[in-house]
Amino acid sequence: MRSTKTGARAGRAGHAGRAGAVPYLFLAPAMALFTLFMALPIGYTIYLSLRRTRVSGLGLGKGARTEVFAGLANYAAAVGDGELWAGWLRVLGYGALVLALMLGLALVFALMLDTAHVRLARLTRISIFLPYAVPGVAATLMWGFLYLPSLSPLGEHSFLSADLVTFSMANVAVWGGTGFNMLVLYTNLRAVPREYYEAARIDGASELGIALRIKIPILVPSITLTTVFSVIATVQVFTEPTTLRPLTNTISSTWSPLMKVYRDAFVTGDLYSAAATSIVIAGISLVLSFGFLRVVKNHAFGES
Amino acid sequence: MAAALPGSRGPARPSPRRPLGLAPTGVLVLGAIYTLFPVSWVVVASTKSEGELFSTSTFAPGTGLLSNLADLFAYRDGVFWLWLLNTLLYAGGGAVLSTAVSTISGYTLAKYSFPGRGLIFNLLIGGILVPSVVLAIPQYLLFSKAGLAGTYWSVLLPQILHPYSIYLARIYSQAAVPGSLLEAGRLDGAGEWRLFQRVALPLLTPGMVTIFLFQFVAIWNNFLLPFIMLGDDQRFPLTVGLYTLLAAGAGQPSLYNLIITGTMLSLIPLIALFLTMQRYWRTDLSGGAVKS
Repeated sequence: MRSTKTGARAGRAGHAGRAGAVPYLFLAPAMALFTLFMALPIGYTIYLSLRRTRVSGLGLGKGARTEVFAGLANYAAAVGDGELWAGWLRVLGYGALVLALMLGLALVFALMLDTAHVRLARLTRISIFLPYAVPGVAATLMWGFLYLPSLSPLGEHSFLSADLVTFSMANVAVWGGTGFNMLVLYTNLRAVPREYYEAARIDGASELGIALRIKIPILVPSITLTTVFSVIATVQVFTEPTTLRPLTNTISSTWSPLMKVYRDAFVTGDLYSAAATSIVIAGISLVLSFGFLRVVKNHAFGES
Repeated sequence: MAAALPGSRGPARPSPRRPLGLAPTGVLVLGAIYTLFPVSWVVVASTKSEGELFSTSTFAPGTGLLSNLADLFAYRDGVFWLWLLNTLLYAGGGAVLSTAVSTISGYTLAKYSFPGRGLIFNLLIGGILVPSVVLAIPQYLLFSKAGLAGTYWSVLLPQILHPYSIYLARIYSQAAVPGSLLEAGRLDGAGEWRLFQRVALPLLTPGMVTIFLFQFVAIWNNFLLPFIMLGDDQRFPLTVGLYTLLAAGAGQPSLYNLIITGTMLSLIPLIALFLTMQRYWRTDLSGGAVKS
């Protein structure tokens, strides 16, 4: 594979090195991991989603259960499953709430940190970023106990009732996710040359005006990216409802689509429908994130 | 904000009266109170004895911290310690391997041009968009087939490849490793591995610390993968351990102290890492070297 002649020549020309097989060797570990832990599992999920078990006779004894090709039957079942749709609706409401609050707060905090005369910036920035270091399970446990009327300093509200449980769960996600998104946006703001703002100030623009007319437009690409990542994470919500479930009976074992996949795969033991459902979840999250990117692209990146 | 009259522009005008920054400071302080509230609650609650937890006022410290700790460490022959050690092993080992793989991959993608570079980059980065559910369940099934489900490997190996880290490493390599330095090394006859090891690695170290930290936290906080992979509580990380503690104890207020104390303890290592490594927590590595 390796040609020493081209290698030596390229070594002198061009800013990027060209060294025959070397780049492939350097990338071999990543590609091996990619093949084993990404490509293979994805392929296997697609394969499983197209299979089903055929039971012959009473389904007892060896050979009574065989795996056969099922076509798209599992997908048809997943798409026609009312329980799954109910889960989607719950997650849609929850996700809209989380995205709006989390990204809204992250944006407000980032802009506030970037104002000229803010005090306590370092302390508050560290505090707001702190939940990033708290595992979702621990965050849910802390808030879960705070929601219990017997322990809560927040008063005798039924935070875990059917009416409020979505809000209570969204609060946990907002609490955990705001700081990271704030830091992403704030980092982007810090990279903007200060002279931009000075010029606007000399022109008489207020801090608010600068934030609305200069800073937010600058942030649009990073807001877009954080939104896409948050959508992907929210569609797969699993940890918070699973951890909160032991504290209340208002969260079913199929509250979110991913919880249903888990139940199908490990409680009911129907791997094939779990596989089909997880492909559907992946499809929906891809459609949502690409759809969003497309919409935003027309607005934000059209000019640049 | 009265200084913001549109049309009041003109070079002769001095910059507007300096605002005190009260509103932004106030908003940020409210945000900090919101984020610190549950953490401070769990710290105080972990000092309360079983009786005090339900009777004394919320933020009054109790007298039960030591007995809570003793109870927690005695729980199922000290399984909590094991969870802590397991978590350190998964997060520490996984993050070291992940940083190594991400660094050399990102460096290669940034500093070499070769056929297939774009394709490989897109494949590796595209992983960001793959929901973990599409991976975790088949990963479990494939590990089962290999007889490895439930082992340390089953939690460690799938978390090494991390698309975002590769992306960060690539950006960082572009910014921090000058191509001219590599060219000079090549002229001196250094091999490619030696160039990576002697020239690139020292320049990449600050970025690697950042990648290590993000990956350490990601693995430390992961619940879904170990929850699916592991059956034996001797191999659980803290997240799954705490969950099973809650699932067992939700109906018994007598176990609340254990859960609260366990939650409190599980926060300490990461918060310590977080506070001591402040300057490495960056989400943007394009600026080159980390400023101190």
